[in-house]
Amino acid sequence: MMEFLAENGNELLVKTGEHLYISLVAMALGVIVAVPLGVMLSRIPKVADRLISFVGILQTIPSLAILAFFIPIVGIGKFPAIIALFIYSLLPILRNTYIGIRDVDQGVIEAGKGMGMNNLQAIIKMELPLAMPVIMAGIRLSTVYLIGWAALAAFIGGGGLGDFIFDGLNLYKPSLILAGTVPATILAVIADRSLAAVESKLTPDGLKDSYEAA
Amino acid sequence: MLEFNNVTKRYADGTPAVKNLNLKIDKGEFVCFIGPSGCGKTTTMKMVNRLIDITEGDIRFDDKSINDQDPVELRRSIGYVIQQIGLMPHMTIKENIVLVGTLLKWSKEKKDQRARELLELVDLPEEYLDKYPHELSGGQQQRIGVLRALASNPPLILMDEPFGALDPITRDSLQEEFKKLQKELHKTIVFVTHDMDEALKLADRVVIMRDGEIVQADTPDEILRNPANEFVEEFLGKDRLIQGRPDVTTVGQIMEGCPVTVQTGTTLKEAISVMRDKHVDSLLVVDMDNTLQGFIDIESINLNYKKANHVEEVMEANIFSVAEESLLRDTVHKILRRGVKYVPVVNDAQQLTGIVTRATLANLVYDTIWGDGMELEEAAATAE
Repeated sequence: MMEFLAENGNELLVKTGEHLYISLVAMALGVIVAVPLGVMLSRIPKVADRLISFVGILQTIPSLAILAFFIPIVGIGKFPAIIALFIYSLLPILRNTYIGIRDVDQGVIEAGKGMGMNNLQAIIKMELPLAMPVIMAGIRLSTVYLIGWAALAAFIGGGGLGDFIFDGLNLYKPSLILAGTVPATILAVIADRSLAAVESKLTPDGLKDSYEAA
Repeated sequence: MLEFNNVTKRYADGTPAVKNLNLKIDKGEFVCFIGPSGCGKTTTMKMVNRLIDITEGDIRFDDKSINDQDPVELRRSIGYVIQQIGLMPHMTIKENIVLVGTLLKWSKEKKDQRARELLELVDLPEEYLDKYPHELSGGQQQRIGVLRALASNPPLILMDEPFGALDPITRDSLQEEFKKLQKELHKTIVFVTHDMDEALKLADRVVIMRDGEIVQADTPDEILRNPANEFVEEFLGKDRLIQGRPDVTTVGQIMEGCPVTVQTGTTLKEAISVMRDKHVDSLLVVDMDNTLQGFIDIESINLNYKKANHVEEVMEANIFSVAEESLLRDTVHKILRRGVKYVPVVNDAQQLTGIVTRATLANLVYDTIWGDGMELEEAAATAE
């Protein structure tokens, strides 16, 4: 173990960094695109169901295949890896944002409107805060998935902990496979915990209490 | 103040919800819209703040057509209370009360001050400002819902079955509180309900609707006395029409004059001897000015005889009383519903003036059925 770390320690750190970078950038892109899209979809429920099932289909394409498809279009390296992972991150965030906002109590929405909230105020002051726990659940889920899938980035030269795993497979060296897998798992757990902390920060106090009460 | 001119609402498929409606509402008037479900009462109300658009015709609010105004601005200038209450669960009571203030970008000081002022109106303690809606009971939540509608001091308030989801006792007290508040603040109220008792009790004018049209719009008394047609009669129900007749008897006319009382400061021993002298098992406690403070009964004296000396230490201050000028029919209803043995009667200054017991009511019924004896003798005379 110590021996292995002495030999590969530096590389392990670099790869972990890459891995984290790929997954987080993809996740951030996913949030930036999917949350506003989800809010928009909540205004047009008819289109929403169709679009969400379409994105669901994208999700079923095997990840290796998506990575392979992207090689002719955007080449190899980190960028195509990020694009592919970004597509995977969309569905959970989009669906949870849409459902979270759709399920906000209609009485509250009507009161807000009747008080004279315009559309933007309704979204920012009312719908997003109330849907926050559901939206964050989607973001957490998709982040944990992304950290797992990011291992495949190595397949198209994106780097990351996947490099260790593929090397290990090719050289029949279980220690290398472990060196790729264990840090990825730890990363996933840490990411999930820190997002849980973000979630409790973003969830309005009044909602937290009412969950405890319920 | 508010004027409906030939207002019609048709839905996209052409079915009319409201047909050619004309109505004028004066400032300070409390108008109840009532009718069976689907009669267009809620639609009519929601057209006022443009939550639903008018198909034809015009609504004028303060002599300006509402169609010429920005819907968002319009809604901020009209109070709105709904059945589902709809407090923002993620905001404190204070933030909820001054929500419109936030939308109108009031300063923090103004919002704080306004929230405190309003909370005083409904006798809730100031600690409630920092609570969240789920920590309040349904009745308290709707009190806050009403305050929220009052926050920017709008001249007109729209209410969509605001007390419909509350239990009967809470509803009762909220109705009374609100009626009082409305008289004090002199607001114009458009109130939608399907509860006839509520409409008759609260409204200055009741608008009965059916199939998108007004069937009758009149004062509660006038509607009870002269229902416009069979539909109104049926909607009122036979009981109310009968009740509508001896409508004007007030509690003051039938109450018994001299209830057995003790003054604050009386010792328990003296209280017991009063009870023994007058053959009663409970006493009303009043202060020097004859203001009602509470009551004591034999059981509470028994329990606390060793511990306490004076009546005010053991008395129950939370006592239900009625006003002298309140109508008998409402009061009877309340006495029966609360299951109390007697109700003290007070004047405007909360001074005790009399008492209504179940025996009083029994006597009243007896008199109504048998008369005071005269009719019997007359009948006997004619028979001969």
